[in-house]
Amino acid sequence: MVSTTHEDSTTGPATGTATAAAAVDRAKAEGRAALVAYLPVGYPDVRTSIEAAKAAVDGGADVVELGLPYSDPTMDGVTIQRAVDAALAGGTRPADVLRAVEGVAATGAAVLVMTYWPPVDRYGVDRFARDLASAGGAGLITPDLIPDEAGAWIGASDAQDLERVFLVAPSSTDARLALTAERSRGFVYAASLMGITGARATVGAGARQLVERTRAAGAERVCVGLGVSTPEQATEVAGYADGVIVGSAFVSRLLDTDDTASGVRAVGRLAAELSAGIRSA
Amino acid sequence: MTAYDEPTVDVPAGEVPVSFGPTPLAGERGPYFGAFGGRFVPEALVAALDEIDAAHRSAMSDPAFVEELAELHRTYSGRPSIITEVPRFAAHAGGARILLKREDLNHTGSHKINNVLGQALLTKRMGKKRVIAETGAGQHGVATATAAALMGLECVVYMGEEDTRRQALNVARMRLLGATVVPVTAGSRTLKDAVNEAFRDWVASVDTTHYVFGTVAGPHPFPVLVRDYQRIIGVEAREQVQQLIGRLPDAVCACVGGGSNAIGIFHAFLEDADVRLFGFEAGGDGVETGRHASSITGGSPGVFQGARSFVLQDEDGQTVESHSISAGLDYPGVGPEHSWLGDSGRATYRPVTDSEAMDAFKLLCRTEGIIPAIESAHALHGALGVARELGPDAVVLVNLSGRGDKDVDTAARWFDLVSDEDLVASEVERVSDAPEDTEGSGW
Ligand SMILES: Cc1ncc(COP(=O)(O)O)c(C=O)c1O
Repeated sequence: MVSTTHEDSTTGPATGTATAAAAVDRAKAEGRAALVAYLPVGYPDVRTSIEAAKAAVDGGADVVELGLPYSDPTMDGVTIQRAVDAALAGGTRPADVLRAVEGVAATGAAVLVMTYWPPVDRYGVDRFARDLASAGGAGLITPDLIPDEAGAWIGASDAQDLERVFLVAPSSTDARLALTAERSRGFVYAASLMGITGARATVGAGARQLVERTRAAGAERVCVGLGVSTPEQATEVAGYADGVIVGSAFVSRLLDTDDTASGVRAVGRLAAELSAGIRSA
Repeated sequence: MTAYDEPTVDVPAGEVPVSFGPTPLAGERGPYFGAFGGRFVPEALVAALDEIDAAHRSAMSDPAFVEELAELHRTYSGRPSIITEVPRFAAHAGGARILLKREDLNHTGSHKINNVLGQALLTKRMGKKRVIAETGAGQHGVATATAAALMGLECVVYMGEEDTRRQALNVARMRLLGATVVPVTAGSRTLKDAVNEAFRDWVASVDTTHYVFGTVAGPHPFPVLVRDYQRIIGVEAREQVQQLIGRLPDAVCACVGGGSNAIGIFHAFLEDADVRLFGFEAGGDGVETGRHASSITGGSPGVFQGARSFVLQDEDGQTVESHSISAGLDYPGVGPEHSWLGDSGRATYRPVTDSEAMDAFKLLCRTEGIIPAIESAHALHGALGVARELGPDAVVLVNLSGRGDKDVDTAARWFDLVSDEDLVASEVERVSDAPEDTEGSGW
């Protein structure tokens, strides 16, 4: 299912793989922040989730995070839980995620896989890294893998030249910010607040300070996520971060409709609105 | 890099973490037990885990803290718990002697209070005012609600909706004690989902809230912390058995859910090479049926709820639902120290089916006048087998982790002790008392 577009799959990603770092840098060159859109693979079905991700790219997303559904998503609120439960009930498997990566990467967008660690651990870290690279994926975002536990993944991602996005939180000490900045590749994901995913009325007040602290700790690119859902919030975050990460709001567009075509269109519209919000910052 | 001085997990690129053969065995303090353990958690929780680890270390070496806990044990929960020899029960195992460590006689009815009193004191020491907990059988929730009442802490307990039905009595007990019980409707609506929900609460409330983890699983330092508060079971029992029979027992048996009562009684015996250690997991309908909760016997190594350990998972690493008649053992994971003790051969883990456990449950009731928790009945069944294997000269120590009051309803149904009309009546009551209200009931 996963095509190998380069001769030796052990030496690195498919030639021409778009990286999140390059996407963020390109946005920066245009004088704006990047838009990072999250969607879980398999909701409402694998094909539609791929179409929705492509619609987000058409609408202006610079980077796509494809979620690998997991049975115990402790960092997620009810919106993403609902979509992920349905994706699993529909039989979504890691091979589907790799297929989706390939499909979305074909648009030229940078594609990261957002995954809890147990499925990757089970798949085999080296094997997952190889298959992700072959599919044209840029790397992984790992919400429950901290850099000090990530020896196996750091080795595998170095070998495959993949990006590894670790998270920082308002509670992170300066020493941990430095550790995370040093071991991340691509960008550092700053959680805007202490909590789980889900839309919120306001972006965490500590987000700006966390971005500043993370930069001071050595991070080249810092994107902000958790609770960012409206164009106004995107404008606000784009004022101080290198990227704006939006998840639950996209997922809601798919959850709130019975008709997949209009759900996909709504995802594209939201991306366009967020993108406009970012450009107005 | 982290707030505590040693040992810090920092796994080099390309390497898999292992701890390096601790001597003595009992000296292992994590974060890794062999290849198991660690901290697979969101970064947001790392500062709190470091804080707890540091607070726990300083508390354990603070004589005032140690004395305060000992005083609570003596005057509140009723320690030391006694040893009861059960000859009429043991007669069914070919003549070996069987001794029960009576954790069922503790205040609140199980070993869970040992851990909770320690963690509640630690909560105060850290200056936090609110505690949260997960619970399966309700015993850990009741213990946490009890300690919270005693120490004036706000308490929220997460419990799978399925378990609020199975253990309705304990839901009422927690509410009487002033706790808010939140029925969890996500996933399989049992213990693992209650743990997920507690983590979701904690990541947003960690500034003011301590998560009183109920067993020796989860991210470091919980496996070590909970063990340190439970190891008093084995420390007392080792001394008591020696006084009673003039030597150490030949085997020590305990049931294993997450593994806290088992590690609690095992730990003091880890260096006694001649004392065999047996953990009994919930076999449900039988491990071969796939409907069970035997993580070590029927699972595989993986990452689950914060640690690497044995877990029930499918080929994609998705958690597989566990099954057991016993809510307290109905958990697809197990503590990392058990995975390590099992892997290294120091302890032996075996499954016990629902019906085997219920037979032992009834046998203890009828021969000794003790109604055990269904969880503990798994250890009782296992002990009968071990006693037969070891022969008539053997002495087998069993951790009777809890009492069966909470299980009377389940047992009455299992043994058909109530008429159909009674069942219908209690079903009606149950429905009208459906656990929809997520607030406390006003108590
Ligand atoms: C009486 C009793 N025994 C055992 C257990 C299982 O927990 P653990 O394996 O942590 O001792 C429980 C859990 O609720 C319990 O109530």
